Amino acid sequence: MTYFPEEVVEHIFDFLATHRDRNTVSTVCKTWYRVERLSRRSVFVGNCYAVHPERVVARFPGLRSLTVKGKPHFADFNLVPHDWGGFALPWIEAAARGCPGLEELRMKRMVVSDESLELLARSFPNFKVLVLISCEGFSTDGLAAIATYCRVLRELDLQENEVEDRGPQWLSCFPDSCTSLVSLNFACLKGEVNAGSLERLVARCPNLRTLRLSRAVSVDTLSKILARAPHLVDLGTGSFTIDHRAEAYHKVMGNFIKCKSLRSLSGFWDAAPHCLPAVYPICGNLTGLNLSYAPAIQCADLIKLIRQCSKLQRLWILDCIGDKGLAVVANTCKELQELRVFPSDFYGGGIAAVTEEGLVAVSSGCPKLNSLLYFCNQMTNAALITVAKNCPHFTRFRLCILDPKKPDPVTNQPLDEGFGAIVQSCKDLRRLSLSGLLTDRVFLYIGMYAERLEMLSIAFAGDSDKGMVYVLNGCKNLRKLEIRDSPFGDAALLEDVGKYETMRSLWMSSCDVTLGGCKALAAKMPGLNVEVINEMDESDEMEENPCDLDKVEKMYVYRTVAGPRNDAPDFVWTL
Amino acid sequence: MEEDFRKGEGRPQLLDLIPNERDWMVKDVGGGGKCFGVSEEKKLELRLGLPGGEDWPAVKEKREEHSIQSALSLGHYSKVSKTICTNPSPVGAKRGFLDTVESKTEVFQQQQPGFLQLQAKGKELSQKTNGRAEQQSLEKKACGSPAAHGSAAAPCGDGAGANNSSQTRTAPTPVVGWPPIRSFRRNLASISKPSLESQNGGPETAVKFENGRKGLFVKINMDGIPIGRKVDLKAYDSYEKLSLAVGELFQGLLAAQRDPLTAGTQKNAEQKQAITGLLDGSGEYTLVYEDDEGDRMLVGDVPWDMFVSTAKRLRVLKSSELSASSLGAVSRKRTAT
Repeated sequence: MTYFPEEVVEHIFDFLATHRDRNTVSTVCKTWYRVERLSRRSVFVGNCYAVHPERVVARFPGLRSLTVKGKPHFADFNLVPHDWGGFALPWIEAAARGCPGLEELRMKRMVVSDESLELLARSFPNFKVLVLISCEGFSTDGLAAIATYCRVLRELDLQENEVEDRGPQWLSCFPDSCTSLVSLNFACLKGEVNAGSLERLVARCPNLRTLRLSRAVSVDTLSKILARAPHLVDLGTGSFTIDHRAEAYHKVMGNFIKCKSLRSLSGFWDAAPHCLPAVYPICGNLTGLNLSYAPAIQCADLIKLIRQCSKLQRLWILDCIGDKGLAVVANTCKELQELRVFPSDFYGGGIAAVTEEGLVAVSSGCPKLNSLLYFCNQMTNAALITVAKNCPHFTRFRLCILDPKKPDPVTNQPLDEGFGAIVQSCKDLRRLSLSGLLTDRVFLYIGMYAERLEMLSIAFAGDSDKGMVYVLNGCKNLRKLEIRDSPFGDAALLEDVGKYETMRSLWMSSCDVTLGGCKALAAKMPGLNVEVINEMDESDEMEENPCDLDKVEKMYVYRTVAGPRNDAPDFVWTL
Repeated sequence: MEEDFRKGEGRPQLLDLIPNERDWMVKDVGGGGKCFGVSEEKKLELRLGLPGGEDWPAVKEKREEHSIQSALSLGHYSKVSKTICTNPSPVGAKRGFLDTVESKTEVFQQQQPGFLQLQAKGKELSQKTNGRAEQQSLEKKACGSPAAHGSAAAPCGDGAGANNSSQTRTAPTPVVGWPPIRSFRRNLASISKPSLESQNGGPETAVKFENGRKGLFVKINMDGIPIGRKVDLKAYDSYEKLSLAVGELFQGLLAAQRDPLTAGTQKNAEQKQAITGLLDGSGEYTLVYEDDEGDRMLVGDVPWDMFVSTAKRLRVLKSSELSASSLGAVSRKRTAT
């Protein structure tokens, strides 16, 4: 290979699709390293504190697409203090200095300020794609900057961010010359929307394929938009409240019929049952359906809708669908690959919740099922074993039994055997979340069978350090391990410290790990940042004299080449 | 109606399940008083419940009947699985769930004479709850005994302890970050509720826990107990309820410290371990707090809303130490009234 001119080597590298492969070839020799880094167009940084932004930008000056992730996953559930970190600005600043050709930026769980959005908008003349997922720290003013200055913007995708509302004018900031939008998702915005601006924007963007509206958009506006953009493929409706006798209803149904390309529907905020028939005409084409924001729609109406969606591949729904509704899904949606059932009543025990029966039915009727997120009141080992047999292709299996530590209600046993069956049968399992009553045994099974497992979430499970050790010893491909409220302590933590350098991160909260244990880990492994998070006031007596024997409330460990971070707040101690 | 059921009756059912969990703590751990962490009251309840499990031999027997099958022997379960597959009957499933719960309570009633006393107590207590008829009937049917057992036998600051206060009776103390749902989704549910209620005509059910409004968790420490806890001030709407919850919370901790072997059993609960008189200085302990100016104040002196917005942390002090502490202006107020 070394006899080939570099252009040829570079061309060969073009065929390497994954980041991992490209990372690997860059380690072969200096020439390859150089060729690879200069031709690299896309970089993925799984942990923003694993490497300095400047270093990334210096190594890959030709960067066009950058993806950065910030806070640990449990931040989604309020387990990470608000100002822990994960700031976008340093990344945008570094890119502005070193990669002016940047076209795409994707960020997840980061703190993005309006200032950084403005810098972003002004620094990259070719900027095309901005995707922000579960981020916070910005307002509609920041969006206004993006709209104003990104002349060739193709994608603005805001998913589940906390955005401060400073008025609807941001949408009007898209200049009349902006006709390049392909994807616009502002469903998470809470404020008012200027309907006129929205309609005009849609009208002048002939390539628009994805449009997800916020709750403030009325059905009337939706109707007009559909009339202008019948070529939409992915639609998030706005509030979708209509009186079914009104003219607006018939109009919107008429416009839906024209949308022959529509494949994915979401939104339906505030939708009431009588509104649903408006979408019946296009149900037969749908591959994706998200009704998880529509708690007013009960089982019977959901069933009527789903009966018509025979091509569905992705379904997100609330648990009011019930086991009965899931049986209908099983009978109708033979192409189903991804199912998410969210709880409508967070404390469990509601009549309308789902149980193991619904899951078994779906597994039986939908053999292509490979991704599951299922909140339920109860689960049995027998059911899980059946599901494992029916669907051996799971890559993501996340089960949340609402009541922590609930055993199998039929046998009163822990759910070790059920989950064991899942990991044994699903050889491609990459992501697993456990719940219910679990002993160390389930971790023995996971260590034994879950060879491809990359991410494992544990809560209220296990009996002793052995559990955690089984996992650390067994799962060769483990990248992220997050544990809460489980009896794992220092012995488990320190059993194999080298393991953490093969992983992206480890989170442990409300476990038995002590400050002394964390210090020992930090001492042994300088290549890791061991962060201990204490949300306590100064007057707390324990804090004034923290003792090594004290248990640590929250600990976050991650490998890094950047050393301890300099933006950590007071309550985060990097040991 | 359904909303009502979910909000009100959903919670007693959750309380139902807690006694069963305690069982399984005993079985799995083999008697170890596992400490699962330091902060949440819910975990605390589970821990103290361990010896409680010893009082339910009937349930233990049931356990031994079902031997543990290895995951590798799928054969045994395939017959079971067939019935599950071919008869998905949701109504049956729902009944089945309640059936399971009820059958367990029957077991308790048969085997536990001591338990019946508590059951009576439970009914007494449940009558004090807010007048939701459906809730009460459900409680008597399925939740009466376990819930009563939960409240009396395991004196900890969970929903179990809340039998005396109507509001907290229906709501278990939330575990932070559980169930694992993004805030976005939680907030969604609370925004949707008004429209749901107008459609269903149900009563306003302000879910104060983790929907919409974030809970206001403040640290609370007690003299003599090294590990602090957290309480959600937004879970209560009066000093009385807060005081009761705090009392229940630390009652368990104190008992566990004094006598780790018997902590959490019914016997202890019936002894005079209750922490009362937190607010009026009549008890062994007094509840104080630190406000946003750093002053130590007696809990109960300012209007409730002001308290919630200014309290930064709470403390349970021995009443005898009150005069020694810097309560200056506040103790003057007390003697004045």
